[in-house]
Amino acid sequence: MRNEIAFYLVAAFTVAFAIAAMTLRDLVHCALCAAGAFAGLAMLYLQLDAEFVGFAQLLVYVGAIAVLILFAVLLTRGDEVRPGRAAPARSWWMGAGAAALVLAAIAAPILLSPSLEGGAPGAASAPVRRIGEELMTRYVLPLELVGVLLTGALLGAVVIAMREEPRTEDKAGGIPPRFTPTPGNPANPR
Amino acid sequence: MSAPLTHYLILSALLFCIGFAGAVGRRSAILVLIGIELMLNAANLNFIAFWRYGPHPEALTGVMFVLFSIAIAAAEAAVGLALVIATYRQRRTTRMDQLDTLKG
Repeated sequence: MRNEIAFYLVAAFTVAFAIAAMTLRDLVHCALCAAGAFAGLAMLYLQLDAEFVGFAQLLVYVGAIAVLILFAVLLTRGDEVRPGRAAPARSWWMGAGAAALVLAAIAAPILLSPSLEGGAPGAASAPVRRIGEELMTRYVLPLELVGVLLTGALLGAVVIAMREEPRTEDKAGGIPPRFTPTPGNPANPR
Repeated sequence: MSAPLTHYLILSALLFCIGFAGAVGRRSAILVLIGIELMLNAANLNFIAFWRYGPHPEALTGVMFVLFSIAIAAAEAAVGLALVIATYRQRRTTRMDQLDTLKG
């Protein structure tokens, strides 16, 4: 019973933060509420006896991704919704309607399925030692691939977000102009 | 006794739909990314719930899947936010309805 009450409390916490993250006006508030929703999910993982995943979620999502989102929000300041506009946009209502349809489509099978009924969980645990052993034996190739992916993503993110320098060839006029100029255009020396 | 499996699945569906509504309905590119992250997290919750209530929790399959999924989500968020910042630098906006250069 006690666990159940804890589940409903954490579930309400998570859903409330998620709704706030998607509906609030100020992007900074949205980012902070998203961090709260991620923390709620980490608590749910802890309740489900997946301690390592819970702490990984806390470290990666609340620690890294939320901060990354906050930085992105602060770096792209200045194009917020003007405070005068009160009515939500039409696309918001369309999105909410589509989401309600999706929710009905997912929830109906869950509630109607007989195979999901009951099913008290047995004693299960994911000790960190077992996870480490599995990662080093059975899942070693995916682990290496994830390492490569993370390195590539890091380099890619830096390259994409890097400030573009003006190209030297353009300044020197070394490359031909992209469009054929009009005959009377004196800007083109050739 | 903890809550039954269906409650976890319903919670996951709720989170997925909240993220979906945000990703489809909001105008800011950063909020769309947050919505996508929420959808991904809802899927992760499903994996953990099915692992915990499944017949073979000792196999650790759900846990492993979620660990890799979290790592890939981190990469996705980094590249996505870098794209948002690059777009902002070029166009001075992150609003999706103003990024319509490719619109026919």
